[in-house]
Amino acid sequence: MIEVRLGSALRSMAGGRTSFPVEAPNVMRLLERLGETYPELAPVLERGVAVAIDGRLYRDAWLQPIPDGAEVFLMPRVAGG
Amino acid sequence: MPPDLEFTRKTSFETVGARPARPDGNDKVTGRARYGADVSVAGMLVGKVLRSPHAHARIVSIDTSGAEAIEGVKAVATRDDFPDIAPDAAVEGEGEENMWDVARNVMARDKALYEGHAVAAVAATSAAVADRALKSIDVTWEVLPHVTDVDEAMRPGAPVLHEDMRTKGLENAPRAPSNVAEYLKIAMGDSEAGFAKADLVVERDFRTEAAHQGYIEPHACLATVSEDGLAELWCCTQGHYGVRAMCAAILGMELSSLRVTPSEIGGGFGGKTTVFLEPVALALSRKAGRPVKMTMSREEVFRGSGPTSSTSMSVRIGATGDGRLTACEATFRYQGGAFPGSPVSYGAVCGMAPYDCRDVTLHCYDVVANRPKAAAYRAPGAPMAAFAIESVLDEIAQKLGMDPIALRLKNAVREGKTSVYGPTFGPVGFVECLEAARDHANARAPLGPNQARGVAAGFWPNYGGQTSVTMNVATDGSVLLSLGTPDIGGSRASMCMMAAEELGIGYGTVKAIIADTHALGHNDTTGGSRVTHSAGMATIEAARQVIRIMKERAARIWDIDVDAVVWEAGRVRPSGPNAGDHEPMSFREMAALSARTGGPIAGHAEIDAEGAGASFAVHMTDLEVDPETGRVVVLRYLTVQDAGKAVHPDYVEGQYQGGAAQGVGWALNEEYVYDAEGRLRNPGFLDYRMPVASDLPMIDTAIVEVPNPGHPYGVRGVGETPIVPPLAAVGNAVSRAIGRRMTHVPMSPPRIVEALDG
Repeated sequence: MIEVRLGSALRSMAGGRTSFPVEAPNVMRLLERLGETYPELAPVLERGVAVAIDGRLYRDAWLQPIPDGAEVFLMPRVAGG
Repeated sequence: MPPDLEFTRKTSFETVGARPARPDGNDKVTGRARYGADVSVAGMLVGKVLRSPHAHARIVSIDTSGAEAIEGVKAVATRDDFPDIAPDAAVEGEGEENMWDVARNVMARDKALYEGHAVAAVAATSAAVADRALKSIDVTWEVLPHVTDVDEAMRPGAPVLHEDMRTKGLENAPRAPSNVAEYLKIAMGDSEAGFAKADLVVERDFRTEAAHQGYIEPHACLATVSEDGLAELWCCTQGHYGVRAMCAAILGMELSSLRVTPSEIGGGFGGKTTVFLEPVALALSRKAGRPVKMTMSREEVFRGSGPTSSTSMSVRIGATGDGRLTACEATFRYQGGAFPGSPVSYGAVCGMAPYDCRDVTLHCYDVVANRPKAAAYRAPGAPMAAFAIESVLDEIAQKLGMDPIALRLKNAVREGKTSVYGPTFGPVGFVECLEAARDHANARAPLGPNQARGVAAGFWPNYGGQTSVTMNVATDGSVLLSLGTPDIGGSRASMCMMAAEELGIGYGTVKAIIADTHALGHNDTTGGSRVTHSAGMATIEAARQVIRIMKERAARIWDIDVDAVVWEAGRVRPSGPNAGDHEPMSFREMAALSARTGGPIAGHAEIDAEGAGASFAVHMTDLEVDPETGRVVVLRYLTVQDAGKAVHPDYVEGQYQGGAAQGVGWALNEEYVYDAEGRLRNPGFLDYRMPVASDLPMIDTAIVEVPNPGHPYGVRGVGETPIVPPLAAVGNAVSRAIGRRMTHVPMSPPRIVEALDG
């Protein structure tokens, strides 16, 4: 079980809830199952997110494994100049 | 991360960390380097753009018949030549560009949304004919009320740019249209509870004006579309894959039908991460059946390409009597020009990211106004928010009688601390940067009358992204790297150095080119300080493939197991009890044998790089203010920043110095000035005053190296962060020098005199 938390920039978009438990072996399943289980996350997921796993940022890495007990955050995507 | 990159993290280096001559230097100083406007082909036409003279006006009709009748005019393009695309269409450019917006920015549809908005374009046999044709296009306008100021744009009753825009992110969906595209609340902890613990609360309002990226090379491109629909585009860009994707989306083309080749680039700084002329040139070429070259004038660059946002900000920070930050509540209002997408949330997060403050609430408003669509500019959004937050911190330090670096050290994030955006920090070098600034000789330089010292910090998260690299080994042992990330800050040299390091060969043996979109897999745009990190990872991975191939071939030559072959100092040699007594073979020898041992040797890497390391900087400046004229002279300027591992320290220092120079210009002089009609009054370098060499002292640098565990060599991107602290560092120094808190950037002489008189 992974405890997915919303980064501070996304919390106001999901009705105030900040933590979402989910079973997922990788990023793709994580996003799928979050969408299925938590309708309130729809605005967050539709916006497009990056996933931070133990402090490392993954932007579109669907196949990235998620270790059990990892610190997982959904974050806004980062760009730059 | 590719498997090869997981296991070896180098900590001692032969080539990385040296300062070899840059490979592009000779071409650039002798004029041989080919920039966007330097490409020409036979039969090409000159393309030019007609731009709106109005800040906000409905386009009732466009009559191009007069232009089309002129001899030598081969094509005229208007909104009718660009297909409608889905409102939510998006492609990866830098971040994710909404293509509906980009398409309308490239060529106005029902309304011109800012002075300079493209409304038509012509392709003609000469510039003079094209100019005459533009004058012959008859546009019927219905001029509308306009708004260019961010606060005025947010007021009820303000002229509305987009009648269908409703503010996203509000609890109750609004029915009325608004210029506020989105509201976003970033919150952690309980800021009111935090303020209750404070002994001191400082609250201030701030404003920053829009600045242009100020690249010396104007936008330029050459497009040719053949009768079978295949197209080629040469252009000056930070991301030719992004250009391809955006042009294809705007014009309804397949990606494989468009080959984009990037030129050398005369500065980008984020402003060349989108498209302006490119789809127009392709549309004109498609109509004319001939190549079309387009080049912006400097005036067009100012009026028609992206500056950064102007902002209005309110910041309240609480602290205990001994300097511990207890809470922050701030409101950031960024106008991003005529379309949504200002970097307000990046700014808000970056502003507070350096500090371990648990109770934070940040309100972010993304606002549209009748100005050019904002484009990325180095650490988009962060310098403005840092100006506001670091100014308030400076005032807190003054009121508490604390040294400004001591205050920041007391509150600095470090490994294991939770970031304001959520995740826990790994190894970061903020404390080391503060200590290096504190211990630098500049911190002890004596100050005279009207002189003061200002300190500020900055943060950028950095990222990795998709990157493809090919490494070809020639039979003489030289190596050619094909990269897909335009070199805006020395990346070719850095890649050559990392390749040489990994292969154990000389730096001069490796050459790098930026290949076109047909030659490599996708590459994300050069930006976000991602290239040295991500293309470096891909280069190292490609080199490890080459080594693996050479080891396999050596094993077959020696008739031993591949596990008995080791790579050492650029040579294969047998190792172990059963490996036999074979002479080691060098990289060059293995390359020479390639034709007889299996054919060409090449390494490839196609990766989605993660593991970007967060970047922190501390700037310290001494300056003198003339109290009569308000003129500021920068006496000393120090930049300290964590590079993780500086691959080529000259380039790293150049990034630090360049960011500081740009930031000082923004802090002291640069701004877009509009008249009452919403027309830009200073679209040229005479009136838009960027700093030149004689305006600045030698900018001192200190490279901190706290290795990034997410990169095989410990690299962190360094390009964005240097522009984050300067607005605040200069502001804090000016404020201390004149004894008044400066809250409006740029702190130009009139504003300083006004502050002194007030």
